[in-house]
Amino acid sequence: MPTINVNRKVFEKLVGKTLPENELKERISMLGTDLESVDENEIQVEIFPNRPDMLSEQGFARAFSSFIGVKTGLRNYEVKQSGEKVIIDSSVNQIRPFTVCAIVKNLKFDDEKIREIIQIQEKLHVTFCRNRKKGAIGIYPMEKIKMPIKYMAKNPNEIKFIPLEFNREMTGLQVLSQHPTGREYGHLLEGLEKFPVFIDADENVLSIPPIINSHMTGKINEETTNVFIECSGFEFHTLSICLNIIVTALADMGGEVFSMDLEYPDGKKVTPNLSPRKMEFDLAYCNKILGLDLNLNEAIKLLEKMGYGFENPNTVLIPAYRADVLHIIDPIEDIAIAFGYENFQEEIPNVSTVGHEDELEIFKRKVSQILIGLGLLEINTYHLSNNEEQNQKMGFETDDLNIEQNKEENNEEPKKSRIKVVELTNALTQDYSILRAWMLPSSLNVLSNNKTCDYPQHIFEIGNVFNHSNTTETFVKEHDSLSICLCGPDVDFTKIKQILDTLMRALDTNYETDPTNHNSFIPGRVANIIQSSDPKHNEHKQQIGFIGELSPQVLENWELNMPVACFELNISQLFKLLNNI
Amino acid sequence: MDTNNLIDSLHPLEIKVIPFLKENKTLKTLVNASGLSEVEVMRTLQWLSNKSVLNITADSKKFIELDENGKTYLEQGLPEKRFLITIKDSPLNMNDLIEKSGLNREEFNVCIGLLRKSGSIIIENQIFRITELGNKFLEKESLDELFLKKISENHIITEDLAPEEKFAFDNFSKRKNIIKIVEEKTKTIELTDIGNQLVNTNIISKTEKRIDRLTPEMLKNGDWKNKVFRRYDVKINVPKIYRGKRHFVNQALDYAKRVWLEMGFKEMKGPMLQSSFWNFDALFTAQDHPVRELQDTFFIKEPKISKEPPQEIAKRVKDVHEFGGDLNSLGWQYKWNPKAALQNVLRTHTTVLSAKTLAKLKKGDLPAKFFAVGKCFRNETLDFSHLFEFNQTEGIVIDPNANFKHLLGYLKAFAKKMGYEKIRFRPAYFPYTEPSVEGDVYDPVRKKWIEIIAAGIFRPEVVKPLLGVDIPVLAWGPGIDRMITGAYNIKDIRELYKNDLKQIRDMKEWMH
Repeated sequence: MPTINVNRKVFEKLVGKTLPENELKERISMLGTDLESVDENEIQVEIFPNRPDMLSEQGFARAFSSFIGVKTGLRNYEVKQSGEKVIIDSSVNQIRPFTVCAIVKNLKFDDEKIREIIQIQEKLHVTFCRNRKKGAIGIYPMEKIKMPIKYMAKNPNEIKFIPLEFNREMTGLQVLSQHPTGREYGHLLEGLEKFPVFIDADENVLSIPPIINSHMTGKINEETTNVFIECSGFEFHTLSICLNIIVTALADMGGEVFSMDLEYPDGKKVTPNLSPRKMEFDLAYCNKILGLDLNLNEAIKLLEKMGYGFENPNTVLIPAYRADVLHIIDPIEDIAIAFGYENFQEEIPNVSTVGHEDELEIFKRKVSQILIGLGLLEINTYHLSNNEEQNQKMGFETDDLNIEQNKEENNEEPKKSRIKVVELTNALTQDYSILRAWMLPSSLNVLSNNKTCDYPQHIFEIGNVFNHSNTTETFVKEHDSLSICLCGPDVDFTKIKQILDTLMRALDTNYETDPTNHNSFIPGRVANIIQSSDPKHNEHKQQIGFIGELSPQVLENWELNMPVACFELNISQLFKLLNNI
Repeated sequence: MDTNNLIDSLHPLEIKVIPFLKENKTLKTLVNASGLSEVEVMRTLQWLSNKSVLNITADSKKFIELDENGKTYLEQGLPEKRFLITIKDSPLNMNDLIEKSGLNREEFNVCIGLLRKSGSIIIENQIFRITELGNKFLEKESLDELFLKKISENHIITEDLAPEEKFAFDNFSKRKNIIKIVEEKTKTIELTDIGNQLVNTNIISKTEKRIDRLTPEMLKNGDWKNKVFRRYDVKINVPKIYRGKRHFVNQALDYAKRVWLEMGFKEMKGPMLQSSFWNFDALFTAQDHPVRELQDTFFIKEPKISKEPPQEIAKRVKDVHEFGGDLNSLGWQYKWNPKAALQNVLRTHTTVLSAKTLAKLKKGDLPAKFFAVGKCFRNETLDFSHLFEFNQTEGIVIDPNANFKHLLGYLKAFAKKMGYEKIRFRPAYFPYTEPSVEGDVYDPVRKKWIEIIAAGIFRPEVVKPLLGVDIPVLAWGPGIDRMITGAYNIKDIRELYKNDLKQIRDMKEWMH
């Protein structure tokens, strides 16, 4: 979330009141912003992303001043006509179709103000404009440019100017490849045959949005008093609000706002429009949602504390700089904030509903309890894993081999295949780059990390595993899988089968263990676990897991010096079989 | 304990060892005499010491011994001597010197240092020549040589070295593998008065009729009848054994689930891998919202995209994003991209389950309350307060009469049942709730507020497209891991899933 640094003196002057520090802290937090730090000179506040209008000192102070009741209600901002024009050429239609513009005059710039303006512009670029993807803001000193302005698209090689903080002329393409800002944001113009460009009446380039201004015509200094401001991008509505946020902040700095005529190919538009939007207010709905019993006057007072206006009988006036008000529920939240979250009396309604736990979850807990009764210790591992653990260390090849080709005639030779895992696009580290397809590797990892711990180590876990599938919405099927590992000097097939046997008897079901081959296990000491609801009928038999003694090679891969006998069981499948689902 | 009781309590091993105690007073000699292993004798001596039969004095001494090179030098002479002998008759250059002396390069370098320092050689034009001092040095045995001889013949303790020996010792310590320090531990036994009595008693005959272990056979044939049982040391410490146990995090999660169940909530379940449509779009999270970028959310390489969402709901979600649909809402004012909604992700919140539940719910089911407890994923680097997998507990209340006070009420009740009496709320922002709330609970043990509550009332833009009607849906998704670390007094959140078996075995039980 963005944070802004506010000069405390400027802030207190704008707010019109000085609060003691603890009250300042508390009020800032109850406004829905987060105080990061405060000292004599500076306040650092975190602003939620829905309130870009608070990203400037002026905007934040404006909201805060209303909230603590110093200057409440709708602020009126006068917009005078400048008569100046911006001509939008149809060539930008397919590239960057919109710009909204304004002029602000009589600003007295100093170092501090220039810093403030750059802060607003940068914070808006990063948050509201999504790193300039949605829009970009340009601010230009009026004394350096000549009206009217043209907004058009040009071949980048024909665009020639000195970019900001440089000392030589460059073409559009050179800016992208050589200027640091060009390199950072160049991807936003990638693949375009023509670049958008603002040009003044003397054919001087003002800027290539959203990349960079001209050093000659696009740099504000302490002599600047009047500025031309434009926001260009893709959605007129978004850009308008962005412009409104800036010009109202500049107006609060003491500037006078002037409109401009935008001559679009399909007609004229005038910006900025700082008159409030209107929305119908429903007091009953407001009271119902908040559980309050406000009368209209009280509601209006609360709205005014959040900077809204009100027109009888039921119209809320929404400030032109508010980007977050989409639905009447938004002013209603503001009423709740103005009322004070700390002033709501918590209530539990008398609504009778019947609690219900998921049946599979009940089953899983039952299984866990049985295993705990057998002296097993539950572990809890991550779902993210890596291919080395899931395949290589378990005796499976990691190369993507064709299973068919490698099917061995000889049954004694385990077939070299690979367990197909679900891979992440943007893993942070190789260690956690895939979703596990089975549980045993997670358990072995735990054993491998606990070699200095007392033996025997008998552990279990029921966890979610992920496999490719065509039957689900996401093409991945998840199920709960149980892994049990007995690890100690005297564990063997009998001991692990005793656990399985006890579990299956406790669950009152039949099962068989059929000899099989498995890369991870000692040949001749591994079996498939077959659930048989009706032992006489083969069609009722389903494989639900496997059991055996791990091969010494696998133990060596995990650097284990202790035998492991283990099994893995598909708990979701077993649950379905037991419940005929 | 009188001697007879003492004799009755003797372990078979003790009976074997005691007769040898008269003559043997060290561990080493006892092992030899008794024929038992060192471990057995040591354990037995420990027991006897516990019974005040004897005292054990442990002592360790550090001896100087010759190391590998030291032994060689003792036979062949010190390298510096061999060096000088080689050039005694005629000066040599380096290569000839090395070849003739048989020194290795390292020894050679050490020699040059030593001999130059003592003025025994001079080097001119890379030719090595012996000096007068060098010749004198060759004439008699040096202190260093005497020292080597001495330690090869005697066990010398470092503390006992004479000053000139100390000097030689320090010099050799700096050189490679000449001497080494060997620590020898000795255990000496001293019998107490009881011990002296005991060794002079014929304990073997006294213990002949004794029963060590009661067996089924003895019970069957009555053999136990005229015998005494060996007395046990009932104060003895026993080896640890470990019980089966639920993982402490799961104990906490089980409890959290029980809280919701007691409050009349139904459990929601669903996959961890979800389409962006359900994880984001259905929750009115704009497609350009930063949470949908690679640095926040885990995306799936393969299968990259999901099947299409249900057409009707997809249309309603599209409309509400673009222009507010049939609500009096502006929507996000952009063109909704159906392809972006298909991207598979690891769920970033259990709220995705709430969205799916709303889409399935019928009007006749209302009012309804649901909860979920489950893992969620965020693309974060692991550190003491961040996990890329974390647990969330989710709750929704779908009730035409629900309001903001109820939301705070449910949260307060949950916090209280989790052991937190004090809770505070403040405004917050989430794309899918309005009003939105964040909150802290007060941890009375650590005396600080912990931020865990994230909640709100679902926006009409979420509810209407999924449920078909716009009624208040209270929703919350507190992270629960921080409550768990608090309850178990864990400082580093990574410890929750460290799977250190000692930690899991020793961790206290969940308090509720």
